Amino acid sequence: MASPAIELRGVTKRFATPNGGIYTALQDLTMEIAPGEFCAIVGPTGCGKSTTLALISGLERPSAGEVAVMGQPVEGIPDGIGYVFQTDAVFPWKTVLENVAAGPRYRGAPGSEARAQARDWIARVGLAGFEDRFPHQLSGGMRKRVGLAQSLINGPRILLMDEPFSALDVQTRTLMENELLTLWSSTSASVVFVTHDLEEAIALADRVFLLTAGPGTIKGTFEVDLPRPRNVAEIRFQPRFAQIYEAIWNQLRDEVLVSYERQKHAAAV
Amino acid sequence: MSVRSTLPRSSLSTQGGAPPFTSADVRRVDGAPLGPLGAKPESAGIDADLLARRSRTARRRRLTIYALRLAFAVLWIGSWELSTRMNWVDPFFVGQPSGVVTRLWTWITDGTALGPLWLQAAVTMEEAVLGFLIGSGLGIVFGILLGRVELLAEMLSPFIKAANAIPRVVLGSLFAIMFGLSVWGKAATAVVLVFFVVFFNAFQGVREVDRNLIANARILGADNRRLTTEIIIPSAMSWILASLHISFGLAIVGAVVGELFGATAGLGQLIYNAGHTFDVNGVFAGMFVLAVLALIAEGLISALENRLIKWRPSRVSGEIPI
Repeated sequence: MASPAIELRGVTKRFATPNGGIYTALQDLTMEIAPGEFCAIVGPTGCGKSTTLALISGLERPSAGEVAVMGQPVEGIPDGIGYVFQTDAVFPWKTVLENVAAGPRYRGAPGSEARAQARDWIARVGLAGFEDRFPHQLSGGMRKRVGLAQSLINGPRILLMDEPFSALDVQTRTLMENELLTLWSSTSASVVFVTHDLEEAIALADRVFLLTAGPGTIKGTFEVDLPRPRNVAEIRFQPRFAQIYEAIWNQLRDEVLVSYERQKHAAAV
Repeated sequence: MSVRSTLPRSSLSTQGGAPPFTSADVRRVDGAPLGPLGAKPESAGIDADLLARRSRTARRRRLTIYALRLAFAVLWIGSWELSTRMNWVDPFFVGQPSGVVTRLWTWITDGTALGPLWLQAAVTMEEAVLGFLIGSGLGIVFGILLGRVELLAEMLSPFIKAANAIPRVVLGSLFAIMFGLSVWGKAATAVVLVFFVVFFNAFQGVREVDRNLIANARILGADNRRLTTEIIIPSAMSWILASLHISFGLAIVGAVVGELFGATAGLGQLIYNAGHTFDVNGVFAGMFVLAVLALIAEGLISALENRLIKWRPSRVSGEIPI
């Protein structure tokens, strides 16, 4: 078998807290993601989901353990990584066109070529005609599309998504999830999709990793054997969806309770 | 490093001047004028009526504000004129508006003791503009540099704090010795006043850049140079431009104070002379000319600001009450 697209082996990540303590976000985490696989990571609040993405992207280094992307240990930001952030990370002083063209330009493409590519991607995410708008003139959903196009234009082999649609209203969100699946199916990228929404995770992913309440480690891995292409809005009605949901929820529930009790305790202290 | 800086203008409430906005500014994303939700063609008449009422309200409000301003000026200058005419206060000490106008008129028609009035204004403006450009240029460069290089910032922090704490206008006397009567002594005084304001704002602006934007740019492949020019500087620009509003006023202070330490021309020198000849009206007339020049400069800086950060959403509050 070819080497996995992403490999985390015994990864631990600790942060120094402002009051001098040490916070362990991830503890001995091991996971493998195959090329072209769509994975979701779910877990209760504060279980280190985002930290996992930061480690894969090279934005953070692990305190212990190994992270490898495409068989290469991660030192700095690896080639072929795309990252869609939870909050808006499009550049507010650039127009939609300049935002989407940023990646190719940073990677050395001449301006005209970068713009031509950008126009193509803007059309693909359904924003044709909005090239000259500034982000503040767009709706939240449209800004997410800009963010998607900005990442996908670089042809990433790995796309990291950190609760990308959590700020959107339910209808826009379903729409964006479907479009993400369509865009993804035309690439061969592996996706790591972090979410706290179990339904979203099952509807989108081939495999769901469940993390424990912090310090995060793998509590279980669940195959989602629902057929593709999927319609996110309707897949929830399938009996198989409900079975998978129940199986994961049974385990997630305990972790959510642990996390909740801990927060309550922290708030009380 | 502790920071004393002005907030970007966007976080200030709308100031006087032009009306906050006209109904034409309220646009939907697709560029169509904003109408009530679900407006149907048959409700177009209602829309038009609503918009007309809005613009009428806006116009009325604008007129009211101008009227109030005029009333304030009349009351203020009128009471000043009246109290000096009636000899309740001695015009020798407090001046007299009509005297100020006469003095200004003589300056314009016959010139001042130092030469034509426009020349004095031009000299002071030259000093102020030079000081402003050099001071803000250095402030921006050092602000960004220290904002980016933490070691440098920590090393220089106590020196900058100390330099900021001393009353720097006294350096004017030093510059008068170093540069003699030339324009550079005054410009240098303006530079030391302008530099710190712009520096602290640029520094703070760099520190406030959204971490997400930096992470995103790095993932997209930006190197350090690109990160600085395309992310850090545009992001810090609102902070920097906010400081320019204050710093032009400071540049004028620097130029005028510099002229007090020795000059052959300039509005500061003109005011200084007027003071020494007990010509209170002359002092006020000089101040008036300075105020007009400062207002013009402020307008130019605002225009520059609007041009440079046209990407920013206008923060004016939502609706005009109907």
